[in-house]
Amino acid sequence: MTRTWLLMIGAFATVAFATIVLVVIPQTMLMHVTAPPELHPYSAVEARGRDVYIANGCVYCHSQQIRDPAFTTDVDRGWGTRATVPADYAYDRPHLLGTSRTGPDLINVGQRLPDPIWHLIHLYDPRAVSPWSIMPAFHFLFEVKNPRDVRPDDRVVPVTGPRAPAGMVVVARPDAIALVQYLLSLKREYPVAAQPAGEGRNVHAMP
Amino acid sequence: MPCRAGRMGGWRVSTDSAGVHLDESKSRVDDIAIRLRADASSRRVALIAFATAIGWLLVGSGFGEVSSLKMHIPDLLVNEAWLTFGRVRPSHLNAMIYGWASLAMMGVSVWMMPRLLHTELRFGSLAESGIWFWNVGVVIGIAGILSGHSDGLEWLEMPRYIAVPWLIVGGGMVGVALLATLAARRAEHLYVSVWYIMAAYLWFPIIFVIGNWPAWTGVESAATNWFYAHNTLGLWLTAVSLGAAYYFIPKVLGRPVHSYQLSLLGFWTLAFFYALNGMHHLIGGPVPEWMITTSIVASGLMVIPVLAVGINHHMTMVGRFTALRYSPTLRFVVFGAMSYTAVSLQGMFTATRAVNRVTHFTQWTIAHAHVGVYGFVTFVMFGSIYYIMPRIMNREWPSARLISWHFWLVAGGLVLYVVPLSVAGVLQGLVLLDPQAPFERSVQAEMFGLVTRSVAGLVLTVGHGVFAWHFWLMTRARGAERTISPFHEVRPILFVAPESAPIAVNTVADSSGAVSVGRGGPNR
Repeated sequence: MTRTWLLMIGAFATVAFATIVLVVIPQTMLMHVTAPPELHPYSAVEARGRDVYIANGCVYCHSQQIRDPAFTTDVDRGWGTRATVPADYAYDRPHLLGTSRTGPDLINVGQRLPDPIWHLIHLYDPRAVSPWSIMPAFHFLFEVKNPRDVRPDDRVVPVTGPRAPAGMVVVARPDAIALVQYLLSLKREYPVAAQPAGEGRNVHAMP
Repeated sequence: MPCRAGRMGGWRVSTDSAGVHLDESKSRVDDIAIRLRADASSRRVALIAFATAIGWLLVGSGFGEVSSLKMHIPDLLVNEAWLTFGRVRPSHLNAMIYGWASLAMMGVSVWMMPRLLHTELRFGSLAESGIWFWNVGVVIGIAGILSGHSDGLEWLEMPRYIAVPWLIVGGGMVGVALLATLAARRAEHLYVSVWYIMAAYLWFPIIFVIGNWPAWTGVESAATNWFYAHNTLGLWLTAVSLGAAYYFIPKVLGRPVHSYQLSLLGFWTLAFFYALNGMHHLIGGPVPEWMITTSIVASGLMVIPVLAVGINHHMTMVGRFTALRYSPTLRFVVFGAMSYTAVSLQGMFTATRAVNRVTHFTQWTIAHAHVGVYGFVTFVMFGSIYYIMPRIMNREWPSARLISWHFWLVAGGLVLYVVPLSVAGVLQGLVLLDPQAPFERSVQAEMFGLVTRSVAGLVLTVGHGVFAWHFWLMTRARGAERTISPFHEVRPILFVAPESAPIAVNTVADSSGAVSVGRGGPNR
């Protein structure tokens, strides 16, 4: 090759083509995806919890997507009742689909584990509820207080057993409470239209 | 020159195939003068890029090791928010991709391009400022991640408004300097390395802006995320690293690239197919099926550029493997080129639905990423730096033994990293596919791989320490001055003296083995 312009225009053309195929065309198709009526925008507290989820990198171990039952066993595992579709993510910016399942999928965790106390204990010390867990303890989302200093509006977390701090009380900080609110909001079990069993998880988005 | 070459067995430099004849010595003198001027023009920028890159390599190793330990010692360092796994892990990735690999690549680019274009680096101080801008961006970006201000997208964690602009401007400054150098070229023919490098500096800003664009929502955010992340690997890291491999393998061997036509085919098919690969990170996910299928097909078609490049690199090597004993540059770069073939074939295989069904969401992916970014990109960068530094400092590397330690630590560490972790990933994936198996069994299945990874990470970190220490000695001018005149750079010395006579360490660690190449080689 001796011509610079050929090199640069050719290189530009290849990446432009890929951008049209994988960014521009999908964008024009997906812009018509609307949120199902059962899916609500995140409340202020849930949105704050989502920020806590992002800030602490939960996405590096937890996915938020259910794949087609015909393809994998995500549904059989009890992580959801159906494959998730583009409309399920209409309010997600950025997406948190995830690429790792070092921990379980969370897109329906609000359905599966509806108890906020369980979540608070689990966040403070995952091994207090699941001894096999390798999730980090999020101590920094909590305060460990002398029982005398607990204020009436403090959210006390009933950590018990050998993992509880001796003689002290665990109090959830606002970030922990918001994170739990966000986790409890994760439910994608309402029916979605145009989804023939076993094949069409993407039908919703097709033109 | 021919008589020396003749004594080297497998190292014989064929003057005929290289097209070098004694009566051309006059033009070779001119060539060497051009090359010395080219090297002088880029040395400061390249040195700053390498020094900061190696700093990031050490920082990134620390983050990586802490992340790895946390996966099997989950109560380690849990009291500080900035030390939590979900912040340290992306800090590792960003330090390695944008700190180490990108800066090392910029150093290699600014050093190689003037040589290949037979001119001096233009706007050198602009390029130098660009390197500093880029560094500032990475510092801000990682501080942002550690303080909880990640943008939340893998490979795009650095805050888009306060960190990313530094990288775009900094990378742009380096790119402009390279473009100006290209415009001022005195070589008519553009060698294959030039294609890859110039294209990379065009591609990266485009994909980086698309990836960081704040408008994407929902699954479109996922699609652009993986469009970007895969292309960072394909159109940035791979492009520049292949450019470097295309330069150093023939350069050190003194043998032209196997086939010009294959390099053309490899370049254009890589450009076309690689850019379409990204959606294979979302197989089974809630994005339109045709997008995923497009990427799976494009991933399969990567067989064309991978074989073209592989044949070109490996056929250039065939019959010259003895040289790996002498030249650290060759040893690292050829290891990198082999990793490139391996990781690409593994990637195609992983992108098929049948395999992906098992390996998606598991440690297999992490191991695969390290074969690519470490076994390929990082090894090529190590080899490049071993070649370039003696020419920047006009000194030999102080110690052949340290180079040898570096090689065996990082090569051994990589194997120890990748093999058990890949097996662990498959076992983890099989458990996850069994709906009867409780989730905890997937954690138990992968556990041995998480532990061996921490051991491997330690070995790699020690290797990086050896390399950084040696680099430091090099910049303190602790090596012997380069004594062999550039006219007679036939000796591809390094680990073992070509002649059996014992030679003092300093002379053994003679530069990285360079043979001037004739027509068809990167010199033209």
